[in-house]
Amino acid sequence: MKKLIIALAASAALLGGFSSGAQAQEKKKVCFIYVGSKTDGGWTQAHELGRQQLDKALGDKVETKFLENVPEGPDAERAIERFAREKCNLIFTTSFGFMDATVKVAAKFPDVKFEHATGFKAAPNLATYNSRFYEGRYIQGQIAAKMSKKGVAGYIASFPIPEVVMGINAFELGAKSVNPNFKLKVVWANTWFDPGKEADAAKALIDQGVDILTQHTDTTAPMQVASERGILAFGQASDMIAAGPKTQLTAIVDTWGNYYVKRTKALLDGSWKSEQIWDGLKDGILTMAPYTNMPDDVKAMAEETEAKIKSGELHPFTGPINKQDGSAWLKAGEKPQDGVLLGMNFYIEGVDDKLPQ
Amino acid sequence: MFEAILLTVITASTPLVIAALGELVTERSGVLNLGVEGMMIMGAVCAFATTQMTGSPYIGLLAGIAGGAAFSLLFGFLTLTLVANQVATGLALTILGLGLSGQLGEMFVGKPGIKLQPIVIPLLSDIPFFGRVLFAQDLTFYLSVALVIGINWFLFKSRTGLKMRAIGDNHGSAHALGINVIRTRYLAVMFGGACAGLAGAQLSLVYTPQWVENMSAGRGWIALALVVFASWRPWRVLAGGYLFGAVTIGQLHAQAFGIGVPSQLLSALPYAATIVVLIIISHNRRTTLINTPASLGKPFVPDR
Repeated sequence: MKKLIIALAASAALLGGFSSGAQAQEKKKVCFIYVGSKTDGGWTQAHELGRQQLDKALGDKVETKFLENVPEGPDAERAIERFAREKCNLIFTTSFGFMDATVKVAAKFPDVKFEHATGFKAAPNLATYNSRFYEGRYIQGQIAAKMSKKGVAGYIASFPIPEVVMGINAFELGAKSVNPNFKLKVVWANTWFDPGKEADAAKALIDQGVDILTQHTDTTAPMQVASERGILAFGQASDMIAAGPKTQLTAIVDTWGNYYVKRTKALLDGSWKSEQIWDGLKDGILTMAPYTNMPDDVKAMAEETEAKIKSGELHPFTGPINKQDGSAWLKAGEKPQDGVLLGMNFYIEGVDDKLPQ
Repeated sequence: MFEAILLTVITASTPLVIAALGELVTERSGVLNLGVEGMMIMGAVCAFATTQMTGSPYIGLLAGIAGGAAFSLLFGFLTLTLVANQVATGLALTILGLGLSGQLGEMFVGKPGIKLQPIVIPLLSDIPFFGRVLFAQDLTFYLSVALVIGINWFLFKSRTGLKMRAIGDNHGSAHALGINVIRTRYLAVMFGGACAGLAGAQLSLVYTPQWVENMSAGRGWIALALVVFASWRPWRVLAGGYLFGAVTIGQLHAQAFGIGVPSQLLSALPYAATIVVLIIISHNRRTTLINTPASLGKPFVPDR
């Protein structure tokens, strides 16, 4: 008797599973995990705009969901697993720090597809996607070298991960292509999101004599300080022109929307497979905000560089490049492998900072 | 150069000092309110929103104070009238404040802020060096100094302050003597809320004149630690707040200057300094015990 009940319950559950599966066939669920607030004005807002674009493009075929302010760590795993249990078909985890949590949950739910932003761990149902932010930073470096009177820029960095180190190096390379003696001062805020601390870092750099500021943190506070002190600055992740109409030269704008639409289409027609995507300016996964507050010749130079990077004529990391201590890294004309860039843990010559290890 | 560093330190330390002073008064009355972070962020959002709507940062400042005080009333009702657990209620207040402020502030995200302008005091501000550092500040800095002097006088020189400390040390005896424990504690909690609200207003009107969710970024917790650090003494709150601010800003400057010390170590310095001072202070157990409010965090139910 007991066995019969169990069998009945099991078949009911099975039927239930089938019927909900059939419903999901009609409308797929695409879910997003955000590390910050969807209105942070920077990183997370860029992903949220991407989700909205997906809603607009494929809203009749898919349903989207998101969870914001998910802390990196054990909470992330719970949040991702919750989405997997809620029958999400495709889950985008949009911060580097979600990597291990995504890998764990992906192993538990082989039928759910996962995509992790900016990471390097993949699985048959876990793809990674990333943007070649360094292309934009190279252009920023060139602009900085043209616009700076003192030949020193300040860089507000978050954490010493390869992504950030690569950005610092690309900025310095761009600057040196214009002014070989250009110096870069780096301050590590050791946070992605703390307006007060980011502002303090900006003030410290300006007080030490930099006249151009760039940031790899998430809020508009540094832009605001730059604007108050009357120097120039670059925006990060989103167009920050509202915080500094007379301050922002340009910004690296993350435009994930096209990518989200492309991958969701692949999910719908069944062609989705795990890939390691690293797109750049030419794919439209990042764009440069309008070049403002600079003379026409600088603008023309920036546009030319942008076009050359898009066409593949220019790779920001092209030798000869020396490491910080003066030892050779790349020979003339040599370009690094993507894997080397993605694991970058050293500075190039000219960066005026000691890399935290 | 040194002047510029001092100015940055003042801006960074002022919210910590103000919020910690408010919590000090609350704790002196025997109530432990762990919701400083929540009240602070509510103050920040109320101040920013009101400033946007009225165009006046001074009205915004008042709204921040009122917002923090009103929010603390919720804590007061739960812990004083309903005698709920203070630690749990305080934590809940922080979580609620962070969520609620995000909702309230959603339409103000990305709006350019209006900064509370400095008030330059004539003559005094002409004193070389110190004049510009100390007498050309915004209102919140002057208030923070006035609060230190005022609270110190209130706690240790005034009769009402003596009664309040009596409640904090032994609410049973104070009640038996005919002092109204609940009313005094309500006022102390609201004062703490008002100060946290003012500190929050400083964040969204002076420190970084903008509104973003979670912009207090843990400063309420540092303020709470400062109260213990200061062994419930107002002047020590001031000293502790400035020590913390100075080390935080100092390490950023050290990095920009390019001294070869790992930045993680530098970032940990403010916390390390706090621990060292705590050890020095708690070295003398007797003075620590004298300053600690004996009924701190204990529920009070009048027996008749």
